[in-house]
Amino acid sequence: MPTISIDQAKPEYDVVIVGSGAGGGQMAYTLTLAGLKCVMLEAGRSYDPLTETPMFQRADQAPLGGSSTPDKDMGFWDATIDGGWEVPGEPYTQGSDHKDEQFTWWRARMMGGRTNHWGRISLRNGPYDFKPYSYDGLGFDWPISYEDVAPYYDKVEMLIGVFGTNEGMENIPDSPLGVLLPPPKGRVGDLLAQKTGKKLGVPVVPIHRAVLTKQLDADTIPAKLHPGNKRAQKIVGDSMRSRAACFWATNCGRGCSIKATYQSTTVHLPPALESGNLDIIPNAHAREVLIGQDGKADGVLFVDKTTGKEERVKGKVVVLAASSGESVRILLNSKSNRHPDGIGNGNGVVGKWVMDTVASSLQGQIPALENLPPHNEDGAGGSHFYSPWWGLEAQRQGKLDFARGYHIEIGSTRRMPGGGSPVSMRYLRGLHGAKLKEDARRYYGSFINFASRGHMIPNEHCYAELDSDVKDKWGIPVLKWHWKWSENEMKIVMHGEHTFADMIEEMGGKPTRKLANNGYEVVRPGGNVKHEVGGARMGDDPNDSVCNKWNQTWDVKNLFLADAAPFVSNADKNPTLTIMALAWRCADRIIEESAKGNL
Amino acid sequence: MERDQETGRISRREIIKWFTAAAAASQVGPLGTWGQDATAAAGEPVAVGYGKDPKVTDIYKPGDVWPLTLSRKQRETVTVLADAILPKDEWGPAASDLGVPEFIDEWVSAPYPKQQRSRESILPGLEVADTLSQERFGKSLAELSPSQISTLLEDAAKAKGKRTLLGRAETFFYEFTGLCMGAYYGTPEGWKAIGYVGNVPLPTFDGPPQEVLDKLGLEQTVK
Ligand SMILES: Cc1cc2nc3c(=O)[nH]c(=O)nc-3n(C[C@H](O)[C@H](O)[C@H](O)COP(=O)(O)OP(=O)(O)OC[C@H]3O[C@@H](n4cnc5c(N)ncnc54)[C@H](O)[C@@H]3O)c2cc1C
Ligand code: SF4
Repeated sequence: MPTISIDQAKPEYDVVIVGSGAGGGQMAYTLTLAGLKCVMLEAGRSYDPLTETPMFQRADQAPLGGSSTPDKDMGFWDATIDGGWEVPGEPYTQGSDHKDEQFTWWRARMMGGRTNHWGRISLRNGPYDFKPYSYDGLGFDWPISYEDVAPYYDKVEMLIGVFGTNEGMENIPDSPLGVLLPPPKGRVGDLLAQKTGKKLGVPVVPIHRAVLTKQLDADTIPAKLHPGNKRAQKIVGDSMRSRAACFWATNCGRGCSIKATYQSTTVHLPPALESGNLDIIPNAHAREVLIGQDGKADGVLFVDKTTGKEERVKGKVVVLAASSGESVRILLNSKSNRHPDGIGNGNGVVGKWVMDTVASSLQGQIPALENLPPHNEDGAGGSHFYSPWWGLEAQRQGKLDFARGYHIEIGSTRRMPGGGSPVSMRYLRGLHGAKLKEDARRYYGSFINFASRGHMIPNEHCYAELDSDVKDKWGIPVLKWHWKWSENEMKIVMHGEHTFADMIEEMGGKPTRKLANNGYEVVRPGGNVKHEVGGARMGDDPNDSVCNKWNQTWDVKNLFLADAAPFVSNADKNPTLTIMALAWRCADRIIEESAKGNL
Repeated sequence: MERDQETGRISRREIIKWFTAAAAASQVGPLGTWGQDATAAAGEPVAVGYGKDPKVTDIYKPGDVWPLTLSRKQRETVTVLADAILPKDEWGPAASDLGVPEFIDEWVSAPYPKQQRSRESILPGLEVADTLSQERFGKSLAELSPSQISTLLEDAAKAKGKRTLLGRAETFFYEFTGLCMGAYYGTPEGWKAIGYVGNVPLPTFDGPPQEVLDKLGLEQTVK
């Protein structure tokens, strides 16, 4: 990826963007194709998926068979670079020692951020998800509605390419006809879960993921995305033509060298660079937003990691998209006489109302799936089917003891073996020789994973603040996280636990572990699903929010937040599609307001 | 530096020294960084991990990233045992033909916490197995015939959970078998043995074949 160093930077840019992931990538794409001159600061190194993706590497070709280590938490080939649960020299701290109050923070330090290895699950928030308080009196409403975001969901889906089906379910929005790509065929586990779900009233349908099941229609989509902008259409059309359709092999978590799946580095950044309007400075760790005499942001102070020196880059507008936690940190560290507690934090709201997805899982061993004739289940390198939340009607009838809901991600297990035993050793204990090999073959692929991804209602116990003692290796104060689940989330977990057990039993199988007695036994820690959102929420009232409905901070009108920091609630739907839709919407606002001279 | 003269491999004491140096270094930085930054006090090499930005497109073999540390005797024991657990048969080649012993050597030599713990049970486990072999057949394990090793494995399997030598051997065989499985089935021959088909580009994804659907009474719902 072409990059520049600070001494090659222009004296001033229209916009400084911090972060190159989903939010920053979308921001750069939209702004530069509209003609704005942007500079992007990215804390990590440059990264090129075309040459750096280990597509077909096998377990016998990697250290430890590719299994996970503290250096590569999700395995050797995972696309995360210089990151994971720990980033060298960049600690974070916990507000509590209690085991149920831990927050885990996954960060990537690389061009494209976490979009290089994310799960590609791309779900729209529904109408109730933007107005949850109005719906059931809990949490808070967003200052925007589904209708405000829908056109941007359409555009993002058309640009990145998302497969899936329209199911016409309540609060699970359909996409306009022709927007979604065809879903991949169901795997055995998907189809079995679907059949079982029918009996139990649990819908199991194709999931939505950002994988090209066929090439994008480069002849018609660009004009829909950029009406009246011929140059943008040409650039985007060419970029779309360079993306191949999925070839049904390899794990998307390694990244995709044929560009069949969305990564900021293959979809957002190349057209932005092609426009000639984007400079990217890698290894640039933003420290704070600089404020000029007039009270407006006029640039960003960053550490050049190649020299360790502090540098400045100037812009008429500043956009933070460093991931919600990191943007919160930058806001809090941007202290000045005018903003003694950090920008946007005069009301003490920065860092508050942080959320993640509440999650647990259960695996079942299904005798009917034993000894199946070998067949290829690689498919689209990740999940194919899921269960959108089906309980709204039951909740209205008072049949469920919790609010909101969850979706189920279904996982088959006929995957490429290696690293660890392809079958849990519990099933093979005491065996050797032919019997061991026969039983391994018998059990291989006979397991199904059910994973719940649930809605979290914001609560006052979940927040991030600056640690008053601990600093990173450049002396920048780090975040201290505070976390506590509420009872509602634990009930969601237990409903999932029982639903999974029922599904497994109905399939004639058995769970591979004892069922939990309460949610705390099986819930994943805060942050563990890597869907951390909130911390600088949007609102209608400057007293209890950090930015307005355009992701524009109340305090500094030319400062915008383009990651998940402005999220007001966290639906069960994975956040990234919404991050991109809101970033595009925010970019449109910046373009309009800049043109009017309002920024 | 101390080395096992016969094999040129580094001795266990040496390894422990490395680990101690590495662990000390780890208190300086957060977990995961120590591999890159650690330096031994005496200026000797430190066993390091591959770091947070390894070249993932390269092809690696055991010994490429950190030195292998099993002695020749340990390696022999590992090899005969692995071959008794996963022998050559109609399903596929023997473990040693698929690099299983090298994998185990790489595993127990790795400078990561999980593998270090594994080392703490696998190396003593090899000795337990050897003692058992001596008691039973008056020979070290490496000298036993496959059927004699089978007998040991079968006897141990019956002693699961017992606090006897046999019971301890069972615990060891269980963990050891798990390592063998990971290595064996991570190869194309292993894929064939277990029934994994894939890792090849396809023009279309057709889902499970009709034969599979019929067996389960399922229908492909994505047309
Ligand atoms: C394993 C995994 C699976 C996931 N699966 C899904 C999924 O299926 N669906 C879904 O919706 N979401 C998923 N997510 C979450 C998804 O990756 C994030 O929601 C998304 O990437 C967030 O985009 P972002 O732009 O806010 O942040 P990131 O993508 O994290 O990008 C932020 C960028 O900013 C850079 N940065 C950070 N601090 C600074 C600084 N101070 N100065 C300069 N640059 C900085 C970082 O290096 C990074 O490149 C998954 C995440 C992980 C880890
Ligand atoms: S499964 Fe398809 S989209 Fe995913 S990495 Fe492989 S080719 Fe790319």
